[in-house]
Amino acid sequence: MRDRLERILLAPAVPGLAAGWIAFSLLVWLYGQSPRAMAVLLFEGTWGTSYGAGQVLFKATPLLFTGLAVDVALRGGLFNIGAEGQLAVASLVAGVVGAWLPVGTPALVALPLTLAAAMAAGAAWASVPALLKARFGAHEVISTIMMNRIADGVVGLVIASIALAGSVRTADVIPGARLPRLDVLLPAFKGSAASFAIVVAVLACAFVVAAQTRSRFGREVGLIGQNPRAMEAEKVPVKRRLAEALIVSGAIAGAASLGTVLGYKGYFEEGLGAGAGFGGVAVALLGGGRFLGLVFAALLFGTLQQGGLALNAHVPKELMDVLQGVVICAVALADVKLRNLVLARKA
Amino acid sequence: MSALDVIVSGTMLAETIRMTIPYACAALGGALCERSGVVNIALEGILLSSALAAVATQESTGSATAGILAGILCGALVGLGHALLVVRGRIDAIVSGLAVNLVAAGGTRFVLRALYGSSSNSPAIPGIHLPGGLLVQTALDPFLLATLAVAAIFAWGLARTRFGLRLRACGEDPAAAQAVGIDVTRTRLVAVTLGGAIGGIGGSALAFELHQFQAGMTGGRGYIALAAVIVAGWRPWPAVAACLAFAALDALQIVLQGQTRIPSQIFAVLPFVATLVALALVSRRASGRPPAGLGKHP
Repeated sequence: MRDRLERILLAPAVPGLAAGWIAFSLLVWLYGQSPRAMAVLLFEGTWGTSYGAGQVLFKATPLLFTGLAVDVALRGGLFNIGAEGQLAVASLVAGVVGAWLPVGTPALVALPLTLAAAMAAGAAWASVPALLKARFGAHEVISTIMMNRIADGVVGLVIASIALAGSVRTADVIPGARLPRLDVLLPAFKGSAASFAIVVAVLACAFVVAAQTRSRFGREVGLIGQNPRAMEAEKVPVKRRLAEALIVSGAIAGAASLGTVLGYKGYFEEGLGAGAGFGGVAVALLGGGRFLGLVFAALLFGTLQQGGLALNAHVPKELMDVLQGVVICAVALADVKLRNLVLARKA
Repeated sequence: MSALDVIVSGTMLAETIRMTIPYACAALGGALCERSGVVNIALEGILLSSALAAVATQESTGSATAGILAGILCGALVGLGHALLVVRGRIDAIVSGLAVNLVAAGGTRFVLRALYGSSSNSPAIPGIHLPGGLLVQTALDPFLLATLAVAAIFAWGLARTRFGLRLRACGEDPAAAQAVGIDVTRTRLVAVTLGGAIGGIGGSALAFELHQFQAGMTGGRGYIALAAVIVAGWRPWPAVAACLAFAALDALQIVLQGQTRIPSQIFAVLPFVATLVALALVSRRASGRPPAGLGKHP
């Protein structure tokens, strides 16, 4: 019983939330606002109304995809900081392919085709750092960040040449490639941007997390993350598996365009979905590779994002980025403590 | 004037040298940190936060010296934060660095809005005004002189002083260093804090160069600087040389603005493409060996 209590108390999310709360109160207070009043406002703007809750789901959708993407690479010990660029390129491709299809294409064909194109684009963008890592040993953190910057330039360049006159957006995608809003089924979410992409995201998360332990590929990547040399000795092609994991990660990050391009705007514009890639790193670290952990983390950071907008008139919404960093540190610190505790007990 | 004339002009030379300073300071700070065995991707956050500190201080006190000192102090504090998390808290250095960068990106916008009511940029500051033409100004730039001095002291100190030897020992084999009585934790804390301070010089230089703070103004320079450290095999002077090359691509973008029909985005991505290519090429060379104890705890 005591053991169990200790484990729950030390679960990294608890100190993470506590540190986040303290940082929130402190910064709001320094800005000259009442932490209590702002917390009430934050709640009302998010889970307080069904519209707010729908908006949280909408914000959490790309985060769950990118969080899952980062997690897949993290199992193998790789940091995919490039989900940001992979998603940007994938979103552009989703917008272009979705608009290029003939208008009458049935959803059963159009939607999978558009999604596949977006995921392929994300995978292709991730394959450059993957190749550099496997072939030359270039550190994936730096190369994925460089690819993010290059994505900015490339997307800007392409948008400049194909955008509708006087805008920075692509043409509308055809109706068949669009994902319906949640309010079609649940009228309570009326007006919010949440779409069925959140359902797809949760299913994808369940599937991928299960595949990490149940498939040969998933197990190999996980074991490489724990001990690459042992896996090398077992004749597992370590470099190849890691490169593949990074490419799969890019594909999943690309799928986040379901929540932004196909589920929300219906077209791509420069900057759509920006920040979701970096948010995904936070989600993966907080989620700890567990299905519920990832969903919880995506909802938490989705809440922070939507809450930031609700507070923006009183406190800068950038406060939430700071909180994200604080939560990451607190969770990581707690994780180390947790590990040390377990080790001490074993010894 | 043709594009070629612009490229071989004095303006190009001056711009290259000026753009080298932020890169080189970040790279020198990062190299110091990594030679002690601590991975530092927090350079981006160090550059960004120290740039704001320098601008805000000069804006309020009117003193350029106070601004630079504030930038250095801010860089040192952010470095210390990263060091405490990694060396004392034992969290993964990449996780800590990402968190620091996130806090710096959000925090600078937060402070910007608190101080100036805008989350995109600060009011203009005078920076440092020097007499003479562009080339003379560049040659006399205190930031340039400081960067060269830091590189020289770094190279000499690492090879010839007691602290330098200890620092290298911590970076190569922390367990052995501890066994012979070196306080690894303290040495690393000092090294990373000092590295942050050096990065702070770079952040101040960037802010004074542009005469204001803009949100996200570092634009990935901290990460490129880290790539320069790797390309240079963790050695100070080669790191400065690598930064000079990356800065030349930056300068190209500035001097060619509006001079050619090539879209600006092409120039904008050049430094990042060059970084990828450099990383791929250098890994074949033996001199690119990282400190053996990088990321290891005693």
